[in-house]
Amino acid sequence: MRPPLSWIVAIARFLYEFIVGDDWTMAAAVAIGLMLTAVLNVNHIVAWWLIPLIVVSMLGISLRRASRKAR
Amino acid sequence: MTGVVAVLITTFLASAVEAIEMVTIVVGVGATRGWRSTLIGAASGFGVLAMVVVVLGAALSQVPIGPLRLIVGALLLTFGLQWFRKGIMRVAARGLAGIGGQDPHETAEWTGPGMDWTAWFLSFKGVVLEGLEVAFIAVTFGAGSNQLGAAVVGGVGALVIIGAIGFSLHQTVRRIPRSLLQLIVGVLLSTFGSFWAIEGLGIEWPGGDAAIPGLLVLYAATALTYITLERNRALGLRPAA
Repeated sequence: MRPPLSWIVAIARFLYEFIVGDDWTMAAAVAIGLMLTAVLNVNHIVAWWLIPLIVVSMLGISLRRASRKAR
Repeated sequence: MTGVVAVLITTFLASAVEAIEMVTIVVGVGATRGWRSTLIGAASGFGVLAMVVVVLGAALSQVPIGPLRLIVGALLLTFGLQWFRKGIMRVAARGLAGIGGQDPHETAEWTGPGMDWTAWFLSFKGVVLEGLEVAFIAVTFGAGSNQLGAAVVGGVGALVIIGAIGFSLHQTVRRIPRSLLQLIVGVLLSTFGSFWAIEGLGIEWPGGDAAIPGLLVLYAATALTYITLERNRALGLRPAA
């Protein structure tokens, strides 16, 4: 039987690959976007539009990067 | 509160994507190595999954709704964007094709006594890994929308229906356009993830719940645009900058 630490590492790796996948920049952009939205909200600036903008932009950037890698 | 129908449909579709892979693995192993050990492995996997859903559901129900929506929304958005991106790439490359190809686990048939542990493990692993993704989607979506029951019904419903199709018509399951389903689910999860994450920060969307269809239209239009661009790039109609 594998040591417990190996199981924890395996589960953590599974969760990372499942949630974040092969492009960590998208997950990072979501996290940063949410933090920025919270900061803008605290300063009474309407910021619901930021996350949709990040989604559309990051998809384009990630797809272009994947296309370049495939060539 | 997000409607029961929206929760049912989204969790059903998301679960169907994973159920197709799960059924393909189980039926493939069963058909090549025998059914007894395969089905026992699958049943063992479902037992583990049931415990995970109960524990996760109980844990998430203790968290206040605001922070819960933020965490769940962020997770669903992050995960949904993966499928959104992969769905765009796969639909652009393969259109409405199904899984196709050979069974991933073609091995010699087991003729010995007792349990075929290879078949048991392959089936157990397939059910647990694919099922964990279904459990994650069902529990987080259910918690975020406060409709855990509907989410579980959607998830289990997809497993039962796809499972029934798979056991009676194996080749049909492999022809279901999984890439397109993945793209649709990616759009849905990104939509709800965005909506709940922002609500979780205490920010109101313009129009309240009516913002959800607006986000859906925006993300669907984004998908169509990027699919067109990817196809043009692949056909050499537009150089990669």
